[in-house]
Amino acid sequence: MMEALLEHVRGIGRRTVNRVWRMGVAARFFLLVFLHSGPSFQRFHLIVREIFSAGVLSLIIILVSGLFVGMVLGMQGYETLQTYGSEEALGVLVSLSLVRELGPVVAALLFASRAGSAITAEIGLMKATEQIAAMEMMAVDPIARVVAPRFWGAVISMPLLAALFSAMGILGGYLVGVVLIGVDEGSFWSQMQAAVDFKEDILNGVIKSVVFGIAVTIIALFEGYDAPPTAEGVSRATTRTVVTSSLAILGLDFILTAFMFRGV
Amino acid sequence: MQRATLDLWVGLFVVAGIVAVLFLALKVGNLGGFDNGETYVVKASFDNIGGLKARAPVKSAGVLVGRVAEIGFDPKTYEASVTLSLDARYPFPKDTSASIMTSGLLGEQYIALEAGGDEKMLANGDALKITQGAVVLENLIGQFLFNKGDSAADKGEAAQ
Repeated sequence: MMEALLEHVRGIGRRTVNRVWRMGVAARFFLLVFLHSGPSFQRFHLIVREIFSAGVLSLIIILVSGLFVGMVLGMQGYETLQTYGSEEALGVLVSLSLVRELGPVVAALLFASRAGSAITAEIGLMKATEQIAAMEMMAVDPIARVVAPRFWGAVISMPLLAALFSAMGILGGYLVGVVLIGVDEGSFWSQMQAAVDFKEDILNGVIKSVVFGIAVTIIALFEGYDAPPTAEGVSRATTRTVVTSSLAILGLDFILTAFMFRGV
Repeated sequence: MQRATLDLWVGLFVVAGIVAVLFLALKVGNLGGFDNGETYVVKASFDNIGGLKARAPVKSAGVLVGRVAEIGFDPKTYEASVTLSLDARYPFPKDTSASIMTSGLLGEQYIALEAGGDEKMLANGDALKITQGAVVLENLIGQFLFNKGDSAADKGEAAQ
């Protein structure tokens, strides 16, 4: 009895120490990726290929989700605003919620499950099939050749995807609000332009998406690089990538929002 | 061949992303407005600004002629000092008056400028002399009740 209890307590301690230890390794890994990114910028086609697989291949899901999120926002926003007789403010509601929050956050969540999981699986499998060990044998630095281009490709793609998500969402809100329901088009756009500030809202949204991009990518790369070289290990690492990066996105979003929008 | 098509797609993606940012900046945001144009700055102090915020519109005859650049508090006069940034295309006379208005019953607050008859025009950094602060609903109700009580007392005196 006592022995079992002791073992349980030891287990908690072991897991905690393990987490902290992994955090440390991840931080060192992050630094390592930065230090080794020089060569990947000299061979820019490597980054271009990663922009293709992380950015271009995520386009469909981002564009379609953005459109539908915007359309739903338009419908729900109209329902609520209509009761106060201010349905002209629909453009403000749709654009501010997309540009400030939904654009960066939802795009990053989709990006984590679409591109982040792919990165983890790819690197984990490269490790399981000993391709990474083979590179080291040939004196090719796997961080500079495999990891850094993926990092920069994904970090470049993320803000572009978030901007496309927001733009599609606003078009979706316009489609439902103005074309289908019949909110006045002039006040839809003019109230939106009066309320949305380039620095306060749009630039802060872009900054958010860059931060999310870095967080998602570094988590995906680290989980892949750190995965046990087995089929089960890779599958677990992929799951962990999606869970950890989703939590990281939402946590970071709270912190960034608290910094950026504290009212006038 | 493979690399060429891949480059094309990546190029298209980057262009689309930049177009989206431009769309957000110009069509959704107010970057295309006169914010970047020539402006001049005018100061005005109000006894109460109510819910006026920085970047609120400044209107004259209902037309947007500028924005509120900055709101501060003067510790000497205990008044709010508001800095207005006005479009240089619209010069105003020196005795222009500023008042804080509300658009609609529950709408946002803005500053309305009423042009005076002075021949000299406002220059950069000038201060507006005639101002009227925001109407605070609580004060209004208080005044109304006070007047009611007063007139009731008057009636009482008259009856005696």
